[in-house]
Amino acid sequence: MVLGIFVGLLLLVGLVFNCLGVASMYRFPDVYTRMHGATKCTTFGTLFTIFGLLLYSFVRFIAVEGESRFMVLFIHVFIAGVVLMISNPTGAHALARAAHRSKTLPEPALVDVLEEKERHKGGIAA
Amino acid sequence: MFVFVVSFCTYLLLSWSGKLSVQEVTIAFSLAAVISFVTSSSSRSGFWSMRGLSPFRWWNFVRYVFGPFAVGLAQANLDVAKRLITGDINPGIVKFNPRLKTDMGRMMLANSITLTPGTLTVDIDDDGVFYIHVLSLRSENPSEEDICGPFGQWARRILE
Repeated sequence: MVLGIFVGLLLLVGLVFNCLGVASMYRFPDVYTRMHGATKCTTFGTLFTIFGLLLYSFVRFIAVEGESRFMVLFIHVFIAGVVLMISNPTGAHALARAAHRSKTLPEPALVDVLEEKERHKGGIAA
Repeated sequence: MFVFVVSFCTYLLLSWSGKLSVQEVTIAFSLAAVISFVTSSSSRSGFWSMRGLSPFRWWNFVRYVFGPFAVGLAQANLDVAKRLITGDINPGIVKFNPRLKTDMGRMMLANSITLTPGTLTVDIDDDGVFYIHVLSLRSENPSEEDICGPFGQWARRILE
């Protein structure tokens, strides 16, 4: 019962952050600012979902002796979290870099030193 | 050696289901050997290098992930959530040089910066200068502390 409440709270927090990530798609003006919300609020939300699952499987593993399937669930969810933490920023970085190289400039922007540097070099040099 | 150990352990962890058979270990061993030989040409330190396996480094890494990184992640998430609701943003791309020499260190710092909401690594040039899109800039020339807090110091401590 107590376990259910804790896991439910973690899932709820995860859901709220994922919803904020969706809202950022509508609220923010350009591709870079949208990427902040869309790729990273979702990471935080998914991390909370993963914490909920880890807590659930760990407590069930302790409570039910000899049930290795909860330990298997624990390990698999943990590996999913680690892979998410590595692949998500890499993907976001690749998207941002590709957007900037194809001349989608941040709008509005206070300052854009990367664009200044590329113009200085005379176009985009690989 | 680092790649070998990581892929060996990952395979065993993924295939483990309560008990461990000799066949699984054999498959894990051969797959890890193939993967580490294929990737060894792109690693600078060579196949037998033990540098990536030092327990001191891993301990520092775990301390980093659960200490300053977790705190920074939570703070930045709440900050971005607030800006999302109020609409108070001031974006721009700035650069800074963290003076990291190894590729692994640059990767770790860039991933930490990108994973923290509000900052996004757009490009890294050959000299190791980071170009970062920041959601809310305070000045046109922010210091390293403003952008990524203590992450740069930790990346230097763990991987240099």
